[in-house]
Amino acid sequence: MSLTLEDIRRIAHLARIRIDADEAARYQSQLNEIFHLIEQMQAVDTAGIEPMAHARDVYQRLREDVVTETNRREAFQAVAPQVEDGLYLVPKVIE
Amino acid sequence: MNHTSLKQLSHLLASGQASSRELCQDYLDRIARLNPVLNAFITVDPERTLAEAEAADRLRAEGRAGALTGVPIAHKDIFCAEGWLTTCGSKMLANFVAPYDAHVIERCKAAGLPCLGKTNMDEFAMGSSNETSYFGPVRNPWALQAVPGGSSGGSAAAVAARMAPAATGTDTGGSIRQPAAFCGITGLKPTYGTVSRYGMIAFASSLDQGGPMATSAEDCALLMNVMAGFDARDSTSLERPAEDYTRDLTRPLIGLRIGLPREYFAEGLSADVARAIEAALAEFRRLGAQTVEVSLPMSRLSVPVYYVLAPAEASSNLARYDGVRYGYRAPEYTDLTDMYERTRAEGFGDEVKRRIMIGTYVLSHGYYDAYYLQAQKLRRLIAQDFAAAFQQCDVILGPTTPTTAFELGAKRADPVEMYLSDIYTIAVNLAGLPGMSLPCGFGADGRPVGLQLIGDYFSEARLLNVAHQYQQVTDWHTRLPEVK
Repeated sequence: MSLTLEDIRRIAHLARIRIDADEAARYQSQLNEIFHLIEQMQAVDTAGIEPMAHARDVYQRLREDVVTETNRREAFQAVAPQVEDGLYLVPKVIE
Repeated sequence: MNHTSLKQLSHLLASGQASSRELCQDYLDRIARLNPVLNAFITVDPERTLAEAEAADRLRAEGRAGALTGVPIAHKDIFCAEGWLTTCGSKMLANFVAPYDAHVIERCKAAGLPCLGKTNMDEFAMGSSNETSYFGPVRNPWALQAVPGGSSGGSAAAVAARMAPAATGTDTGGSIRQPAAFCGITGLKPTYGTVSRYGMIAFASSLDQGGPMATSAEDCALLMNVMAGFDARDSTSLERPAEDYTRDLTRPLIGLRIGLPREYFAEGLSADVARAIEAALAEFRRLGAQTVEVSLPMSRLSVPVYYVLAPAEASSNLARYDGVRYGYRAPEYTDLTDMYERTRAEGFGDEVKRRIMIGTYVLSHGYYDAYYLQAQKLRRLIAQDFAAAFQQCDVILGPTTPTTAFELGAKRADPVEMYLSDIYTIAVNLAGLPGMSLPCGFGADGRPVGLQLIGDYFSEARLLNVAHQYQQVTDWHTRLPEVK
């Protein structure tokens, strides 16, 4: 497997990371080296092996459907890049 | 105060020989002197530290002090601490003052431990050298031209240089153990689920685990008693009765079966590290332990498996950094997508972007089975290797790293070579087992060598016992670097 420049640009867009031409070329060569390492995995036959998602078999705990948190909107919005009247501001998305 | 353990500090406080304010001021002075050289701390806030110290002194005056009340520690800058800048080593969070406390921070506050500052780290804990920090690399107190290891390199360097008696760290693929080894200190990565991840900025959620870093196993045990515990806000926190991690420290090692994985003593291990480990083994035999060879054949695939699973989880976790709710936002943009893309391009460093891209790719349509699913299956085989080995032995012993600390810049241009420096630590995270590193000598270059102990699930007290007994008959953990 080898990633093309086009693949790199597509992945960067999916990840919402802007990259220029120089970066695309650099990431292409670095990611291909990393995938060369990753390809070692393909040599092992894992048919019939149960995938392991977690170190321990744990189940999602459930809680009563009641409010447990207090409203801390001001504290949380104090660290936001741009807020107004308690709302987060973003560039216009609907004309 | 240079050789002072947590236990000794606690005696000083209990006997009235020192106040927490005095202790904190001493450490703050040392930080002020050494941090310009080592860059181990991102944030120091003496006023805040001293206010916490005075509160601890008041508790003591009122007769409400616990075992460690007033003993200061440093926190890795991955733990949200209310009112403290919490950057995770990234430009993305360079202005982020945490509005709440991580569970670990809550526990430390409840125990009365003043915070000496927030320690430097690889950006979002992605790195093995501390060179990916937006705030500049940390230097190794034993050799200023060498890396301290990573990602908890600031915590390791701070403890090694005695800028703090102990510190918190986190370990996703070796980030407590590898820097502990490179800096000549003792660090423990607990069983996955033992220390809450709440408020610990997420990297790879199925692998991330917080733990203590200190000068000795005994101090790690004392700090574990503070850090560990069930927390309903972490969905993978394990509901288990509280443990006293110091309970087995004095147990003799007669009859202990030490497993030596042949894969950890093979090609790639440098001769000087191997010699130090052999010498430590001789010490363990004198203490009455026996050794048995074990095999972890699948561990050779732990690095490739990790570099699928960890980036996949990271790409999902780091999607939250969008320039809307907190953290960095690019100053100029044309529309919403452009705002996201510029914010993330400018806010993240190279290594973080590489890993987000790897993760995005392996999770993308058509590649999931070949990468993510295959890696999860191999993860099971890696865990099964350990289960088989623990049929034959009580603990597994080997080197923490293949070499001593490498030079700053030596691996920066070659990600794959950097990744392979964690070859002995990563499998432990994949299996979710506890592991620790303790100093066991010095390499040919005079830099510390770390010895790794790996135990079965929930065997932290046993690992700490084995390390403590070794530290009763050796003095590597008391050696102090001379930082000029």
